[in-house]
Amino acid sequence: MKKEGEVRISSGCAISGIFCRDERRINGDAIKKSIAMMHARSNGLGGGFAAYGIYPEYKDFFALHIFYDSEEARNETEHFLEKRFDIINLSKIPVRQSEKITDAPLIWRYFITPLPHMLQDSQLDENEYTSRSMIMINDKLDGAYVVSCGKDMGVFKAVGYPEDVADFYRIDEYEGYSWLAHGRYPTNTPGWWAGSHPFSLLDLSVVHNGEISSYDANRRAVEMYGYSCKLLTDTEVITYILDYLTRKESLSLSECANVIAAPFWTTISTKDEKERTRLSYLRKMFSSFLITGPFSILVGFSGGMMALNDRLKLRNLIVAEKGSTVYFSSEEAAIRVIEENPERVWAPVGGEAVIVTLDKEKAR
Amino acid sequence: MKRYRIRRYEGCISCMKCASECSFGAITTNGKRELVFHHERCTDCQRCVSFCPSGVLYITEDENRYKGNRVFTEDVINEINIQAETGSALLSSMGASGDDIPIYFDKMLLNASQVTNPSIDPLREPMETFTYIGKRPEKIERNGEGEIVDNLPPHLELETPIMFSAMSYGAISLNVQKALADASEKLGTYWNTGEGGLHESLYKYSANTIVQVASGRFGVHERYLNAGSAIEIKIGQGAKPGIGGHLTGKKIVGDVSKTRMVPEGLDAISPAPHHDIYSIEDLAELVMSIKEVTGYKKPVMVKVAAVHNIAPIASGIARSGADVIVIDGYRGGTGAAPKRIRDNVGIPIEVALAVVDQRLREEEIRDRVGVIASGGIRNSSDVVKAIALGADAVSIGTAALTALGCHLCASCHTGRCAWGLATQDEELSRRLDPEKGAERLFNLVSAWTREIKEFMGGMGINSIEALRGNRMALKGTGLNEKELEILGIGYIGE
Repeated sequence: MKKEGEVRISSGCAISGIFCRDERRINGDAIKKSIAMMHARSNGLGGGFAAYGIYPEYKDFFALHIFYDSEEARNETEHFLEKRFDIINLSKIPVRQSEKITDAPLIWRYFITPLPHMLQDSQLDENEYTSRSMIMINDKLDGAYVVSCGKDMGVFKAVGYPEDVADFYRIDEYEGYSWLAHGRYPTNTPGWWAGSHPFSLLDLSVVHNGEISSYDANRRAVEMYGYSCKLLTDTEVITYILDYLTRKESLSLSECANVIAAPFWTTISTKDEKERTRLSYLRKMFSSFLITGPFSILVGFSGGMMALNDRLKLRNLIVAEKGSTVYFSSEEAAIRVIEENPERVWAPVGGEAVIVTLDKEKAR
Repeated sequence: MKRYRIRRYEGCISCMKCASECSFGAITTNGKRELVFHHERCTDCQRCVSFCPSGVLYITEDENRYKGNRVFTEDVINEINIQAETGSALLSSMGASGDDIPIYFDKMLLNASQVTNPSIDPLREPMETFTYIGKRPEKIERNGEGEIVDNLPPHLELETPIMFSAMSYGAISLNVQKALADASEKLGTYWNTGEGGLHESLYKYSANTIVQVASGRFGVHERYLNAGSAIEIKIGQGAKPGIGGHLTGKKIVGDVSKTRMVPEGLDAISPAPHHDIYSIEDLAELVMSIKEVTGYKKPVMVKVAAVHNIAPIASGIARSGADVIVIDGYRGGTGAAPKRIRDNVGIPIEVALAVVDQRLREEEIRDRVGVIASGGIRNSSDVVKAIALGADAVSIGTAALTALGCHLCASCHTGRCAWGLATQDEELSRRLDPEKGAERLFNLVSAWTREIKEFMGGMGINSIEALRGNRMALKGTGLNEKELEILGIGYIGE
């Protein structure tokens, strides 16, 4: 059977997110409970979490979570890293052995910072330098896969039901202000841990429920700009598009939403002149990044989270608020199970981004 | 060079309609209200058959055949005989016949959604075919308040990704151009003047007109350039890559002469190359000169024939400052071309498009330039496949002429088109009613657009840009690995 990336596998899914606007750090119990509520939306072939604010003591360093197939792959990768980065700390990621989670790769964590002279010679900023290095590991080094590489954040994912993945990674022992979760229902057996979600690059991480029909148009477009889509999944291409638009084209996330879930031309024509010009500009300028077909995504980033549906709203997505906590989920039940009495519950309109940020920060 | 027999079955009422309709002199009368058939002049244009009120006329291939063999077929023998007699190059028109050259469109199948994602019903949900073609600036700009500044260069906007190919006044009649212009206005798309200038009466359609500058520079002046929504520099055409054009003096009459700015009766010869473009940097200069004349308000397109090294050529054009690349494939039509060239030079549009799109992506410039494909687009599925291979839009010539009555007899070069299309004969060109013609073109493109929406909806795609370059929508059949690799698609079932 072909591995994920050699073949494109479509999936149904559950997604869930919790964001504390007051930067209150909560442990992984709540998100596990929420995603477990939607057990039936997964089939045990993929689950994962992303958490922000979990490494405050190392917040200035890029935190790498890496899967290795073998010790050789680890040696090779560490050698690669040592040439380019100062490794501040490295360790195995602690796990709880479980019958339900099998075939685990070697799972390592590093805190790194680019070697100053290498960074200077590269003429890149540290984000670009680091992301290129990570893409290179995924692309060129056999048996090594960078799962996440942002600062003060990390991704924990595996093949299994999400609640079992939570136990395996001991996410109850981490505290973060922002959590994302994903349960996967792939149509094939991917059997490869890296194919699970969230998908992440630098501080961006994405969970997604849907199957986009624009996939290959989007993939071929983003690959023009130095990205390499290895997994052939929607989530991967969406992450790269968002990284490209925010980091390389300096778009705000709400502008990104106007690109990937652009309003219909008929809707644009009803807007006032200024807005009409702005929206048509974004559509024309970035037409290759329009995403069609069903998707509901949660995008985590440092200090914030975005929820977005495709413009026809072909996938469910619910948002709720209680005090300074914002909840996102595929199903309302998955919110009610952790917050019985939210102050406000709503289903965002297709194509309309819901963006929340820490109270102390302005919208990105 | 087929030979035909004209046959009449019982029931002829001797109305002589066929004789008056035949413009090739294949059916005449002898003065005693009797028909005389001159089979050797018949082109099988089907005009007489269409107009026979009793339906008793039949045109068939002549069953008197040369024996020939697999190598020296009847056509080959015929052609040798003609050349032995005339000492001339063989002339023909319309697109290449090349029977053994694959039509790749027919070897690719499209996808549709099932279960894992929904198809979309275009009758119930918005389905966008609006197409934007032009250059993309390298970077976005923002003003002091952080608002995006509209720095998009001039571009073309089409309601549907189908436009009409360049066909010059001279090669086709004014009535045909009127029909094309009128239909373009109604459809929200563009027609193209070809290298024949723009007739005074068609200036009012300038919002839907693309004006062409070709190697002969016929009909080119400042007002003409500024009348177009875009200016197309024609380097080559699929039917005759590498060679120029020749409109005989007998077609340079009246308004054709005025519009082309060529004296009456004088041959209008378009040189093979532009004599101010011997290299890519010369093209860049011409692009800039045209932009200067038109105040940087119009996109400049460059049309080339699909030839072996089309990928680097297209890449060079993209870097020349041009906004749009038009690629015309092997099967593209023409009003007149040497038959040998037409059938043996160039490559099919599907392949050219696939390699150009891929090369522009490797060079990271695909998003910066528009790509239009033409040359043998026959129906809506060809359009969908061309866009999935990487085109922004397509343009159609032969299909449009067919909608106007063309029966592909490939006799345009004779100037005696019985359907009143490829002719300057006043009597003949009156056979096309431009209003009725515009309506038929409108119907054709509207019908295709409806079908395109059905294809898109079936794949769960509701905007045409999400189809562009979406090669996963295509799978090949009956193709070898190399062909699949070049087309950038998988095999069916893969």
